[in-house]
Amino acid sequence: MSIGESSTPLGKVRGLGSAREGGEHWLTERVTSLALLLLGTWFIASLLLLPKLDQPTLVEWLHAPSGVIPMALLIIVGFKHALDGMKVFIDDYVHEPGSNFVINTLLLFAAVAGAAIALYALAALAFGVAA
Amino acid sequence: MSIAGLAILSWWLMALARGADAYATFEKASHHPVGLIVLIGLTWSFFQHLLSGIRHLTMDTGAAFDLGVNKTFAVLTILGSVVLTALLWVWFLGYVK
Repeated sequence: MSIGESSTPLGKVRGLGSAREGGEHWLTERVTSLALLLLGTWFIASLLLLPKLDQPTLVEWLHAPSGVIPMALLIIVGFKHALDGMKVFIDDYVHEPGSNFVINTLLLFAAVAGAAIALYALAALAFGVAA
Repeated sequence: MSIAGLAILSWWLMALARGADAYATFEKASHHPVGLIVLIGLTWSFFQHLLSGIRHLTMDTGAAFDLGVNKTFAVLTILGSVVLTALLWVWFLGYVK
């Protein structure tokens, strides 16, 4: 007999209701969204304030700590926020536990790999010789 | 959309780090009509997500559940995202030209 088919009132509600987890994930999505509100504003404002948008200007911008540090935060928080959001989407639509685990694991690996690639590029700009 | 946005951000940073030739390739793609449509579309979806996010954060506090106010906010996020995208790209296109 599956969940919800029991004849007793208690049996009908067992397994339903709160999963007793997920609150942290929900709150993290909101806290990262607030951080990205600040970092996103910084990113767009920085592009608007740059005198030119050619490669030397951009490299100089992302060579200085005032550019590197917020950009590092934007990459980390941005990938985390995207990962959290995509996980909700997957949990909403992929119900089979095995597939859910596989897709969520692939998503996690993709997000970490993507963030690592972006941070590598930023590190090369930060610590390399400015072009 | 988030995947495409972050992928392009990573590509952009990697192109910047790898020097003038790599960046020229990125610029060629980003200045191409198809590239511009993708970037403008992503900018629009970014601003729509941002304004919707602010709307939902407001609603998380319990505010703005009154039907009229709620609908006005919802419509304003769409108008706002179009206006912000247009303003940013009018400015960007000054550089692309």
